[in-house]
Amino acid sequence: MTDLDSLNALEADVLAQIAGAADEAALEAVRVAALGKKGSVSEKLKTLGAMSPEERKTFGPALNALRDRVAAALAERKAALADAALEARLASERLDVSLPVRESGLETGRIHPVSQVMDELTAIFSAMGFSVAEGPDIETDELNFTALNFPVGHPAREMHDTFFLPEKADGERLLLRTHTSPVQVRTMRSTQPPIRVICPGRTYRFDMDQTHTPMFHQVEGLVIDKEAHLGHLRWVLEEFLKTFFEVPSVELRFRPSFFPFTEPSMEVDVRCRKLPNEVRIGEGDDWLEILGCGMVHPNVLRNCGVDPDVYQGFAWGMGIDRIAMLKYGMPDLRDLFSADVRWLQHYGFRPLDFPTLAGGLSS
Amino acid sequence: MKFSLSWLKEHLSGGADLVEVTDTLTRVGLEVEHVEDRAGELSAFVVGHILDAQRHPNADKLQVCSVDIGKGAPLQVVCGAPNARAGLKVVFAAPGTVIPSSGVKLGASEIRGVASGGMLCSAKELGISEESEGILELPADAPVGRPFAPLVGLDDPVIEIAVTPNRPDCLGVHGVARDLAAAEIGELIEPAIRPVRGAFPCPTSVRFEFGDTEPLSPFFALRLVRGVRNGPSPDWLQRRLRSIGQKPINALVDVTNYLTFDRGRPLHVFDAAKVTGDLVVRRARAGESLLALDGKTYALDESMCVIADDAGVQSIAGVMGGAATGCDEATTDVLIESALWDALNIARTGRALNVHSDARHRFERGVDPAFALPGLDLATALILEICGGEASEITAAGEVPERDLIIDFPVSEVKRLAGLGVAAAEVKAPLTLLGFWVTGQGDHLKVAVPSWRPDVSGKADLVEEVVRIIGLDRVEATPLPAGASVGGAKLSPVQRRARVARRTLAARGMVEAVTWSFVSKAQAETFGGGKPELALANPIAADLSDMRPSLLPGLIAAAQRNADRGLPDSALFEVGQVFWGDRPEDQKIAATGLRRGTAKARGAGRHWGEATAPVDAFDAKGDALAALANLGLQPSAVQIVQGSAPAWFHPGRSGLLQLGPKVVLGAFGELHPRTLAALGVSGPLVGFELILDALPQPKAKPTRAKPPFEGSAFQPLSRDFAFVVDRDVAAGELIRAAQAAERKLVTRVDLFDRYEGPGVPEGKVSLGLAVTLQPREKTLTDAEIEEISARIVAQVAKATGATLRG
Repeated sequence: MTDLDSLNALEADVLAQIAGAADEAALEAVRVAALGKKGSVSEKLKTLGAMSPEERKTFGPALNALRDRVAAALAERKAALADAALEARLASERLDVSLPVRESGLETGRIHPVSQVMDELTAIFSAMGFSVAEGPDIETDELNFTALNFPVGHPAREMHDTFFLPEKADGERLLLRTHTSPVQVRTMRSTQPPIRVICPGRTYRFDMDQTHTPMFHQVEGLVIDKEAHLGHLRWVLEEFLKTFFEVPSVELRFRPSFFPFTEPSMEVDVRCRKLPNEVRIGEGDDWLEILGCGMVHPNVLRNCGVDPDVYQGFAWGMGIDRIAMLKYGMPDLRDLFSADVRWLQHYGFRPLDFPTLAGGLSS
Repeated sequence: MKFSLSWLKEHLSGGADLVEVTDTLTRVGLEVEHVEDRAGELSAFVVGHILDAQRHPNADKLQVCSVDIGKGAPLQVVCGAPNARAGLKVVFAAPGTVIPSSGVKLGASEIRGVASGGMLCSAKELGISEESEGILELPADAPVGRPFAPLVGLDDPVIEIAVTPNRPDCLGVHGVARDLAAAEIGELIEPAIRPVRGAFPCPTSVRFEFGDTEPLSPFFALRLVRGVRNGPSPDWLQRRLRSIGQKPINALVDVTNYLTFDRGRPLHVFDAAKVTGDLVVRRARAGESLLALDGKTYALDESMCVIADDAGVQSIAGVMGGAATGCDEATTDVLIESALWDALNIARTGRALNVHSDARHRFERGVDPAFALPGLDLATALILEICGGEASEITAAGEVPERDLIIDFPVSEVKRLAGLGVAAAEVKAPLTLLGFWVTGQGDHLKVAVPSWRPDVSGKADLVEEVVRIIGLDRVEATPLPAGASVGGAKLSPVQRRARVARRTLAARGMVEAVTWSFVSKAQAETFGGGKPELALANPIAADLSDMRPSLLPGLIAAAQRNADRGLPDSALFEVGQVFWGDRPEDQKIAATGLRRGTAKARGAGRHWGEATAPVDAFDAKGDALAALANLGLQPSAVQIVQGSAPAWFHPGRSGLLQLGPKVVLGAFGELHPRTLAALGVSGPLVGFELILDALPQPKAKPTRAKPPFEGSAFQPLSRDFAFVVDRDVAAGELIRAAQAAERKLVTRVDLFDRYEGPGVPEGKVSLGLAVTLQPREKTLTDAEIEEISARIVAQVAKATGATLRG
């Protein structure tokens, strides 16, 4: 016998069971008991077939609505149970995220300041159209001295305390280059002007004290063209120093000096402020000698097969270690070559700190 | 080069003060290195007059002095000096004065109950001498109350300049004054030097005896002055020499030293009584030696030039005189020498004998040949003035060489080289003041070079003269025109490789070191070097004697130093030059890494997440292959050859990295225990070394486009194989064989397991390979997959003797 009251009672019973199901299995049992083939709601639905059309009109919608409400209640309860189960699982799945992870190589690796500064030099000068030229560390006397207008036996050679290799049977004595200038000679002898190169590299002098090491790094620049004069040299140096030290302006002071391979020759001081632990370039009232330069000596041009009445040019040179120390505040030259990991970690650069002009060099 | 301001002013008129002088010196290229100006710190010290000195009532060794300081009533000063006495003129310092020797500021004081209103100073306290006994005694006529410094010449600042080797003319005060006069801060004082008339012929003659060899002197002049009274030179001369740190000796010697610094003209004086016969200028003979004026005996050879008499060598020409014929207080007849020498020969002799005399310094740079005779006359006149006597005529050998150099000088050269537009007048004025003789009209000048400027030989030299005097500051920065193109590589392939290698290795957690290019002989030999042609003839230290054949010894030593400092786990690398011979092509660029302790690629030291393990050969292999991959080499193209690495590696735990059968890229592995023992270091140490020059040049390609991407629509599938194989067989062989079995469809082979132990026969190892197949045109059928699997098994078996594990 089916009447609306009993349907209401059935619904209340089933919904109570759904609400009381403690877990998904219990809920499934409730579902089978209600909506399964022989479930209480299904059984009621089966009675529809035997009803008169009038009865069906009343009970059809009522039963179908009952079934839908039960199904919805089941789904809702199921979702709630799943949520509760997940919450319970998550509650048990705790990591101590304060446990340290290993640092990656990108964090611990370092580039040596000298390499970094060489990359900075390359970035600056390649933007001005300079290529990077290199040559051997073991040089001939001719390339290190004679071609550069150091006469044999001249006291000017004594400005360079030279390391020599053993004398050969034919009397030739190779040496460790005392400056990177032989690379200029090699470049001029192998390249047609116009020439714009920088020559960075290792150089050697017999000297060891607080401010000298027997090995150090130099960079020289060379411009050979039909028109290339001291004014251009001044501009190149100003632009370089400004860009390298990342300051808005620099003030240079040129002092006449002497190098056998340039004429006129000059030493260049830059205005700075000397503070206890750093030197600020571009401000202050002190002067710091920073590089040597000049117009390439006509004898050197001739020695390199360049006609000094057609071509002219200028060259400059400075210590890479020194400008690196100045820029990055490293106090002692000897530390650069001591391979002390603590020092390298402190003053070194991260692998992806690749200097570019677009990125502001070191920033 | 040192001189005092007053000395300079004898050659430079006008009122330029110290600051103007020093600023100008630096501006024209005579860089001021040091100025010692004591006038300031000594200005407060005045002349005092001790009127009365009484024993201190409470101390035996102290006196209470009444001192007149020229103003007010006499002051009471307590003094401990034994020589303090009534009537003495002394140096007085009032309270508040800073004592130079100690830097202490003098306070008003009371000494043993007696007030003291100042201090009487000793020479030591004033910083005038190192030692002193008692207080400084001033001359009786010293003006009371006036600063004392001018009385003893201490108000004369001493300037020290760096003279570059091209400017021998500025090794004399006169030449320095000429540069300053050219800069127009005064006028050069140039009194005419009158020849001294000889009263009699010089009794000693001189001759050159160079035989067939190259003459080492063009000119040698000699003159006798007889009847001199030698002794201490006059005050002005002593003071001048002392002001530049020269010790006065006696008048004759002081005159020669004075002219060396005043005029850059070295001279020598012989005591004529000690010279036997005539003088001969010749090469030394083997076995000859000389006891020189510095008290040392020098062994001479045929390359050196000497002045000899009948008794033998008496002077090393242009370098140093001999003791036997030196002048002393007893000298009555003096021979004065003024000569010219071969500059290169003087330099070589000085170097060989290790003598750094003021004469050598000037002769090797080039003295003014035209001043040889005037210099002799100047010396003669000074000796006659100071020591009296009578001069002989001059006798000479050779001739003064003349250098008639006239340079065609277009004024436009200044613009061309210096970028500075100047008028002819602006060029003429400084050149003329510097002693050049300038003629010509308009733009074209002819410039005659003075005899004292051996450094000037062409147009560029004249440009330098002009711009250094008129001011380099006038050169304005001019933008360098942009290049014709911004394109094109600015780095060579090896330079590019070096930077890539650096960043790659740093990204693997390694720290870049820069170590010396030289290592010890033992280190060089341990790493395949030690060739005699790569051993420095003059190493700076015994352990920095040979050019390095490898970067490993430097890094190993560095790792050990770090370990000794408490950092046992270091990962270091260096990219730099190694030397396999002395030719340019024998210099290679190596990229080398070293790991010590637990400094593995994934991290160093202990970590909660994984067990700690020492570094092994695979860490080094990983570093090397990472670098090669970033340098553009396919890791699969690199062959790993077992047992062929250089001897400094562990023979069983190392490999050679090759490209094809011929190209050796480098090696990696654990360092040989004997290597560690030879270097006196401890491990574990693993490392690798790549030679960046050995990498093949990338092929020139018309386009940078990459090959088309083939993304298959079909799913890749993976099949696992477990092989059992002899333990000696390289796992790499199995991988290669599996790949070779089906080149088209096998896209990768991973070795996911390696096992030996129970279940695997003794001497064998089980290797698990995962082979990935990428179908290209259609899904593979089971039969096809079976067929490929069978081929892989067969190929691996054929190549390595491996069997599928049952």
